[in-house]
Amino acid sequence: MSNIKEIKEEIVDEFAMFDDWMQRYEYMIELGKSLPLIDEQYKNEDHIIKGCQSKVWVHADMKDGLVVFTADSDAIITKGIIAILIRVFSNQAPNTILETDTDFIDEIGLKEHLSPTRANGLVSMIKQIKMYALAYQTKVN
Amino acid sequence: MSNSFNIEKIRADFPILSRKVNGHPLVYFDNAATSQTPSQVIHAIVDYYENYNANIHRGVHTLSQEATDAYEEARETLRAHFNAAKKEEIIFTSGTTHGINLVASGFASELKKGDEVIVSALEHHSNIVPWQMLCEKTGAILKVIPMTNSGELDMAAFQDLLSAQTKLVFVNHVSNALGTVNPIKTIITEAHKKGAAVLIDGAQAAPHIKADVQALDVDFYVVSGHKMCGPTGVGVLYGKEEWLNKLPPYQGGGEMIDQVTFEKTTYAGLPHKFEAGTPNICGGIAFGKAIDYLNEISFEAIAAYEHELLEYATKQLLEIEGVTIYGTSKEKTAVISFNIEGIHPYDIGTIIDKLGIAVRTGHHCAQPIMDFYKIPGTVRASFAFYNTKEEIDAFVASVKRAKIMLS
Repeated sequence: MSNIKEIKEEIVDEFAMFDDWMQRYEYMIELGKSLPLIDEQYKNEDHIIKGCQSKVWVHADMKDGLVVFTADSDAIITKGIIAILIRVFSNQAPNTILETDTDFIDEIGLKEHLSPTRANGLVSMIKQIKMYALAYQTKVN
Repeated sequence: MSNSFNIEKIRADFPILSRKVNGHPLVYFDNAATSQTPSQVIHAIVDYYENYNANIHRGVHTLSQEATDAYEEARETLRAHFNAAKKEEIIFTSGTTHGINLVASGFASELKKGDEVIVSALEHHSNIVPWQMLCEKTGAILKVIPMTNSGELDMAAFQDLLSAQTKLVFVNHVSNALGTVNPIKTIITEAHKKGAAVLIDGAQAAPHIKADVQALDVDFYVVSGHKMCGPTGVGVLYGKEEWLNKLPPYQGGGEMIDQVTFEKTTYAGLPHKFEAGTPNICGGIAFGKAIDYLNEISFEAIAAYEHELLEYATKQLLEIEGVTIYGTSKEKTAVISFNIEGIHPYDIGTIIDKLGIAVRTGHHCAQPIMDFYKIPGTVRASFAFYNTKEEIDAFVASVKRAKIMLS
């Protein structure tokens, strides 16, 4: 398990290298390519995140007390966004996930995606990740 | 094209067109969702609140009378525009959805088990859900006119669906997702032969085509103000007087009553029977001004100019490799629904927004159409008479840039 705070700082530092939105988006698309992909069997209605214009599937597993996330999306910008979230939240303890804020999204210049009018469902993705963490925490306790 | 069509002058009427979005001049191609508002309409809204804001129809004071006059003048403007026989046939609503629900609700008492309601496969969700609810309530059966690959209605199938059981037919004049202009005159004539009533959703047509409700012999026609350079939250339901007299009121409240005692209430006459409560007075007045504005430019000039934009944009877009345009009917308004092979519409919309281009992405509240084409959605660029070829150039350049980024 890496320190979740360090991962967030690392992401903020990476995005700080870019001068404009285009480079940031290109980088985000690049990050999407390294997304730990969800097993095809979980690409179903049970794992789809509602509220997204594109399709996003997220699956969670518990390994050695840590929640491991996998995901996929049919849109590549969305895939980049979920990849960033998974990089932060995957392989963390449920309570760490629940306690961690998402201020880094603002810092990497993606604040616009947090608006509830945005159809990409970033807010729903975060909510779903936290729901999984809550479910596993309840299970552990 | 009319001599009165002066694009520079027209653009100067729309303050919003000079703003920048994400550092780029705004290119607004989401007109099918909502149109922009000219200064003439904005001034009418300001004038109302600054000078004669008052409740209408009941006050004896000057302000109330001025507001009532202006509101009723707007009703007359709308009557004349749609060539309704009587002012009483023009009901102010909050928009198209309200108009449709008003009619659907009224028909609950007209339908019985086994009756049939026909809708088209090209409908907006707002024109599907109320009828599903109505059929659930009454036991009537919902039938769907299928669409063809080019995005047109299968008229032979429509003929087959019509029967003595058909009581209602609901079709949009123009499809919001594809821009197809439907042959409503034929649909109305054929439906009437079977004794069925016809409601036409004119939301997407009204900004481009001036409908003559008497010539069409349509029973109901609904529109929204905000798609016709007017404000949001106001629309109109045209209904034939005999139908409006027959249908029960939709909502109870002030304005719609004649006499009230606890034993019995008698309803007010048309149009007030369907206008319960304080209406969107300012919205109605501003809607009237928007209609005046459009008529001053003339619908012939608007249609001709928009068609030019449509052809120009279609040609340019098709030059981009991998582009598919959905909805290729010969008769269509200035709407292009498209995808680029291998790229999600959402991704394209997100990138070109960064370049100042406003389009709609997604299923456009018309999931059945998307299911037909087996796609998650499209990018929809919809043009208005205040758009230009230069804006189309900027849009096409942005799409090309997005394609490079996303491939």
